[in-house]
Amino acid sequence: MITMYERLVQDVAPQIPAKTPAVDGSGLLVRNLSAYYGEFRAIQDISLDVQEHRVTALIGPSGCGKSTLIRCFNRLHEVARGARVEGQVRLQGIDLYGPGIDPVAVRRMVGMVFQRPNPFPTMSIFDNVAAGLRLNGLAGGSQLALTVESCLRQAALWDEVKDKLRQPAMALSGGQQQRLCIARALAVDPAVILMDEPCSALDPISTLRIEDLISELKQQLTIVIVTHNMQQAARVSDYTAFMMANESRAGEIVEFGATRTIFTNPSDSRTESYITGRFG
Amino acid sequence: MTGGGSLARRQKLSSVMSGTVAAASGLTVLPLALVLGYIVVNGAVGLNLDLITHLPAPVGEAGGGMANAFLGTLVLVALASAIALPVGILTGIYLSEFGQNAFADTLRFLTDVLTGVPSIVIGIVAYTLVVIPMQSFSALAGGVALAIIMVPTVTRTTEEALKRVPPTIREAALALGLHHWKTILLVVVPAGLGGIVTGVMLGIARIAGETAPLLFTAFGSRFWPTGLTGPIAAVPLQIFQYAIAPYQDWHRQAWAAALLLMLLVLGLNLVVRLATRTGFQREQA
Repeated sequence: MITMYERLVQDVAPQIPAKTPAVDGSGLLVRNLSAYYGEFRAIQDISLDVQEHRVTALIGPSGCGKSTLIRCFNRLHEVARGARVEGQVRLQGIDLYGPGIDPVAVRRMVGMVFQRPNPFPTMSIFDNVAAGLRLNGLAGGSQLALTVESCLRQAALWDEVKDKLRQPAMALSGGQQQRLCIARALAVDPAVILMDEPCSALDPISTLRIEDLISELKQQLTIVIVTHNMQQAARVSDYTAFMMANESRAGEIVEFGATRTIFTNPSDSRTESYITGRFG
Repeated sequence: MTGGGSLARRQKLSSVMSGTVAAASGLTVLPLALVLGYIVVNGAVGLNLDLITHLPAPVGEAGGGMANAFLGTLVLVALASAIALPVGILTGIYLSEFGQNAFADTLRFLTDVLTGVPSIVIGIVAYTLVVIPMQSFSALAGGVALAIIMVPTVTRTTEEALKRVPPTIREAALALGLHHWKTILLVVVPAGLGGIVTGVMLGIARIAGETAPLLFTAFGSRFWPTGLTGPIAAVPLQIFQYAIAPYQDWHRQAWAAALLLMLLVLGLNLVVRLATRTGFQREQA
């Protein structure tokens, strides 16, 4: 059995003695995380416990750093020019920013679904789902076909596309494309999936299907979802973090707790103002 | 404020402006139509199979063709492409994917400058770099000259094509745990392939008709090519030579060759466009 640590250090695994990661009973432990774009600090000193097999929603007004925060979870933030991160993000006890950790391997463990459906435009439905495995040389042949089918089933898309797997992905509707992107993310077998406003470009019916899917998926992995839609956060999430930008425009967590508590009995007056629609 | 006026007045002004714009567009296309028409009219008469199957007849004799020139042009274009495509496409990828620095800005500027350099000057460069050291006019020198002309076109169109690929596609690939180079090679470049192919076609169309840079590099010849190190014929050179000669028959052949060269470039464009449009999607599916 390959440990999480070995999966994360990838190529350097042989040099570093495999150790059993400390199980701290949590999916993602975020500690004192700050992220910068050049000199600008976008989020400041964030600490957050994302529970395993639960859905955690990030809500807050535009520009409060929600997207920046989840991009730190799969080390996609540092891809931007001049961007850097301070602090820790621990996945099952291993610091994703620790020495020897390969950001590319991190992204296989922590998948992501984006605001707009972004299937690879030149690829078929099948190839889109297969992309992560095939282009990384991780699987091929009949094994690959099985994985693609199982991911499309998990993404509740199989019945709609099973007869047209070879057709271009761009021929699907927006909602189908987004479920395809979820299937594509599932194919590399991540432990966590990040969703950055996954329904903001979709119609209500498609949104509902994605929300159902989220509830299904949390059986097997951990989900962090950024949303502008408060009802959505209330419907799909188990935990909610409310973020706001402070006086120096850096995002901070105002309140974090069980979704029911945040929405029915928030302890911070700013949370209450936001969820009752008084600003944002 | 002015700009009001009655409805009738504004409608009249609108139709005058529409007319002006239409006339300007017509004026733009007119020379093209005239050139094409003139070449077709004059070239069609001399068009025959001899043109692409026979060597030139000895001076003074009627008949013959310029098969060597067509072969020469193919060789020169192939040589130039072999040099310019890797350089141009890789530079384009660099500018698009890694080009947010001063070095890239300089590179972009120099590429634009290179586009504007008169082709005769590039011929002189190739003469200095290749012909003088080799002590001989050669197909190689012609290929180098044409390659230098081709590189900036291919570079900038590749860059533009890749920049049109939405950044979210790159993020999607990175988020799947693909390395940066795989993201570029397996996702971004295929998505921009249509645009890159257009750039390559533009480049080939540009160099297939170039005459000036070949004058003292490829030099021209009335015989079959002897290899890459010897002088080689090219259609534009042959047309130039025939057009200024005092023979009626040569004029006729020059017109026909001009027509054929035009059709070749046009045909190549069409074929590659169709092939990449369907093949692009079919192959991926």
